[in-house]
Amino acid sequence: MSGGQLLALAGLGAFHGLNPAMGWLFAVARGMQERSRTVLLKSLPPIALGHLASVAIVAAVVSATESVVAGNVVGIVGGLVLVAFGLWRLLSERHFRWAGMRLSSAQLAGWSFLMSSAHGAGLMLLPVLAAGAMAGHADHAMPGMSLDGTPVAALEGLAAAGVHTLAMFAVMAGLAFAVYEFVGVSILRRAWFNMDRVWAGVMVGTGALTIALSAN
Amino acid sequence: MTRWTPDPTFYASPSDAAGAPAEKLAYVAAFDRAAEQPDAIAVIDTDPASETYGRVVGWTDLPHTGDELHHFGWNACSSALCPTAPHPHVERRYLIVPGLRSSRLYVIDTKDDPRAPRIVKEISPEELKSKSGYSRPHTIHCGPDGIYVSALGNGTDGGGPGGIAVLDHTTFEVRGQWEADRGDQFLAYDFWWHLTRDVLVTSEWGTPDMIEDGINPELLLGRKYGHRLHFWDLAKRTLVQSVDLGDQYQMTLELRPAHEPTKEYGFVGVVVSVEDLSASVWVWHREAGEFKVTKVIDIPAEPAATEDLPPALQPFGAVPPLVTDIDLSVDDKFLYVSCWGTGELKQYDVSDPFHPVEVGSVRLGGIVGRVPHPSFPDERLAGGPQMVEVSRDGKRVYVTNSLYGSWDDQFYPDGVGAWLAKIDVADGGGIAVDPQFFPHGDEFRGRRVHQTRLQGGDASSDSYCFPSA
Repeated sequence: MSGGQLLALAGLGAFHGLNPAMGWLFAVARGMQERSRTVLLKSLPPIALGHLASVAIVAAVVSATESVVAGNVVGIVGGLVLVAFGLWRLLSERHFRWAGMRLSSAQLAGWSFLMSSAHGAGLMLLPVLAAGAMAGHADHAMPGMSLDGTPVAALEGLAAAGVHTLAMFAVMAGLAFAVYEFVGVSILRRAWFNMDRVWAGVMVGTGALTIALSAN
Repeated sequence: MTRWTPDPTFYASPSDAAGAPAEKLAYVAAFDRAAEQPDAIAVIDTDPASETYGRVVGWTDLPHTGDELHHFGWNACSSALCPTAPHPHVERRYLIVPGLRSSRLYVIDTKDDPRAPRIVKEISPEELKSKSGYSRPHTIHCGPDGIYVSALGNGTDGGGPGGIAVLDHTTFEVRGQWEADRGDQFLAYDFWWHLTRDVLVTSEWGTPDMIEDGINPELLLGRKYGHRLHFWDLAKRTLVQSVDLGDQYQMTLELRPAHEPTKEYGFVGVVVSVEDLSASVWVWHREAGEFKVTKVIDIPAEPAATEDLPPALQPFGAVPPLVTDIDLSVDDKFLYVSCWGTGELKQYDVSDPFHPVEVGSVRLGGIVGRVPHPSFPDERLAGGPQMVEVSRDGKRVYVTNSLYGSWDDQFYPDGVGAWLAKIDVADGGGIAVDPQFFPHGDEFRGRRVHQTRLQGGDASSDSYCFPSA
């Protein structure tokens, strides 16, 4: 992975970490409910783990697939999927449904996995992964080589998900801590801009960009 | 379309909500007992600076007759900020209005012109029955994953079990029956929850065939009306525990859990004890995982001359208080208790929920008292304070005077009338009737009035997931 890719993955991670729906707000609520900073801190790793799992599945599949198919297929198909998913998120007013707030750590990781997956968090990494694939194909022009490279490519996808989640974790932890310790949740009613709409817009935009770049 | 920032009427915590601006309008359910005219949502001006303060300034007739509007609620509230399924960019704009007798539900939009709410959707009784298996919809609460609607009866024959149906947040379609395992729960009435504890509480009135033709003395004296509370797992949708208050305590009605998410107690009113006609208020609380329900307020019946009593009460020589609604202020400090029989609204300081202290009282109407409003001293009022609604800042209390059509007729056989009074709350306790505010009589166009909902939310509309700072 190039430095640019790493930076893009981390940037998307920060973007995901910023979204209150992805978990930092739940960590704050758990801490406030029990009046315990420890509860807040202990809530963060399971949330990050759930996010990692959701993103890693997509990343591994995409990376493995692009090691066996022509360079621009993943970019074009993936871009289309991204645009479609983003449009659906943009137009649908349906929100993630969940009842129950007293979760064990395992359940919390499960909640985070479902929440991230429903938002298509992993899909958003597609443009970065596709860009990596095209660079890779340019390096090794021998078609027969790619098949043997599938597991390695999948691992590369996992590494990408890891970098992404580290950045997500850092931003999420910082926000949760700041809101819990200093800012307070009253700020939500003013500062919680509609991340879902921005999120969907980013998906449509990057999806379109990926298609354009891949089709070249 | 969703908003860019959260709806300004959503608050993270009860203390934030208590700082909300005063309501400018109130919505009141108005129904025609004769089922000849359509029921309606009346809009009342509650802005003291306005020229039409205390007047009916809007009126939306429904397209059908005989719905018997009763309770209603908002499509969304502060629970939209709850972190597990946040959706704070939806708007609080639709009133979900059930017909208790017809089983029809209306979705009414208050946004474009808050004084002229507009019906945007109707859910037919057949749809409610076929999709949820329930009829006679009653209480509405905006839940984390949908709109919850309690219902008194099953979908077929006027019997039980009653339970909860869930509507979709956005389409308002009936998603289905809420309960995964109801145990031996059969009677239903009110419900509310401790959201952050995954606890849902339900209470018991009676099945439709036990109430629709009036209160049945045989059933009452046979102790057949509800006398239990049920505690459910909100996430698993299963019954966890039922607590019996004792079968002499007939009709456990309104449930008012503490708004503060760290507290795990709440109040329930009991209409009447068949032993001495007293009414009572109980507090539920949890000890070592188990729920317990403890009586904390007893309100005795008031002796009365036989000739002053309606036929239904003449054998007893006394007026039962009939506690039919209670309401808890958003700061969990004051509990308001309606004594519909004796015509009194009582205010209790419940800072210590186990030791309520009565700090205020107002008398209006009453079966015997017929106490007039201070601004209309010559009009003997029928009915009594019944549905209570408290403003978010806790400074104003609104009461209407009808209980339920057929029951009104038994306790106030010469006519219950229609009135809405506003009561001002002094800092630290104490209540007094606002002489400037009294829409009544013909202003309600021959309808009777039941629940009031305040614009932007009130003390019984919102749930909060974050503790007060």
